Amino acid sequence: MELEKAGIPSVAVHTNVFARLAQSTARAAGMPRTRQCYVPQPVVDIPPEQLRAYIDGTDPVSKKPFMQGIIEALTKPLDDEDLKGMSFDRSTPRLLEPDTEDNLRQLFLQNNWTDFLPVILPTEERVAAMLKGTSHPPDKVVGRMRPTNFREAWELTVEKVAVNAVMAGARPEYMPVILAHAASGISARSSSTTSLAMTSVVNGPIRNEIGMSSGIGAMGPYNHANVAIGRAYNLLSINGQGGSVPGDTYMGTLGNAYNYGHTFPEAEERSPWTPFHVQQGWKPTDSTVSIFFGGRYTTSGFGPRATWKEKFVRCLTAIDHNQAPLIVMDPIVARLFVELGFDSKEKLSAWCAENARMPAREYWDDQWVQTLTHPLAVAGVEPFASKLKAPPDEMVTLYEPEDINIVVVGGETQGAFRMIGGRYVKSATISVDAWR
Amino acid sequence: MTRIVVHDPRGYPPKVTGKRLASRPDTLNGKTLYLVDCLFDNSEVFMDQLRRWFAEHLPAVKTKIIKPRESWVDDPEMRAKIKEDGDAAILGVGL
Repeated sequence: MELEKAGIPSVAVHTNVFARLAQSTARAAGMPRTRQCYVPQPVVDIPPEQLRAYIDGTDPVSKKPFMQGIIEALTKPLDDEDLKGMSFDRSTPRLLEPDTEDNLRQLFLQNNWTDFLPVILPTEERVAAMLKGTSHPPDKVVGRMRPTNFREAWELTVEKVAVNAVMAGARPEYMPVILAHAASGISARSSSTTSLAMTSVVNGPIRNEIGMSSGIGAMGPYNHANVAIGRAYNLLSINGQGGSVPGDTYMGTLGNAYNYGHTFPEAEERSPWTPFHVQQGWKPTDSTVSIFFGGRYTTSGFGPRATWKEKFVRCLTAIDHNQAPLIVMDPIVARLFVELGFDSKEKLSAWCAENARMPAREYWDDQWVQTLTHPLAVAGVEPFASKLKAPPDEMVTLYEPEDINIVVVGGETQGAFRMIGGRYVKSATISVDAWR
Repeated sequence: MTRIVVHDPRGYPPKVTGKRLASRPDTLNGKTLYLVDCLFDNSEVFMDQLRRWFAEHLPAVKTKIIKPRESWVDDPEMRAKIKEDGDAAILGVGL
């Protein structure tokens, strides 16, 4: 669409499963008549001769010969609709029309405003009570969200965050933590085909002030604050970005259970290491939320035992290596690592980065390494450029030390650890105190 | 039945401003057509097949394959290059 604006006639080629998404994106950009042609899904991992058959074949959406569609898209004269584009105002109302509770519940479900579990209906009284959890005015803009970077960003106010917090069953005292999630600008409901989900970690005094649990079952549904905050983050992402609807604003092929909510605090008092937020430059007395991007995989283990190195290397090389892990471990495991000489998280992360290796041919034969990392390597960006020069059987590292983050959590009923897909975005530690 | 008033949970969408499409040429013959490989896995192979199709069927169209610097990131330099000496563009594959 940027090329069209620059005066260059263009046509975009998509696979057919993206037709609804491509068309709604064009509409929201004010260019609903953007010319698009489609080939069958998939394109990835398809040999050249089959791709040529797509080109010689029929557009599965328009049912016309694919190349006829391409040529027409670039040469067919514009009509009045093409010339004017489409301007419209899509403001959403503050309040819905009065209705019965049953009808409103049905409306919320039909409009995909929930996670399909029952919600607390956001009445004016409940929202007003929730707003007492922050000193900020209801109309203050908290942030903007979108399901992916080629969609338009929607705006969230303090009141809209409060509405979604009510729906999630949150209590007013959770509001500063929920507002910090909203202020991140990182949607918990990315539309990615890869079924992304976010993990968020709370640090600082707020954890204890609102009764979050870093003990038994902290990562599961066993603490009201943990669960309600995680759920609120997902609901405000759905509604704050204009939806998370399959085929339109959500394309994750498998889906992800972490999308119900995945928020927990670090067990700072029982960890032998520096809290995560302090590692990022915050003070121990600051309260923060940190967001980890991914959630596509989870591996687990117990220990460390005598063969922990082999186990860690197997885990680190088995995972989806285009997405660095967040390692969560029970305090028992963390303390035993200290006894093994890892007196900081950074030392263990460095060990993992140095020892997690695979042959260069395997490293590069990954869809997302090809899509996201290969262009950087070609452009000479290190360390990727050196990895691209490596012979196919050379063992190359997968991560830089700073890619691998560690958070301590758990109830000390077992020496358990997990590695969860969770790339930390460097700006993604947000102040909770700023939203009190 | 009691009727109640509740808030709309949706955020506020931006106002949409219409943008017009670029004028189309009558023909692509003699024109430079950029094939923009969007760097999605295997799109390079697709664009090469597209280039071959034009060479076989419409040899009067000059095709050039071009790639942005990174995936999923706008590349103003690439757009400037296309604007400078291109007449049309095909972008693909995937979103």
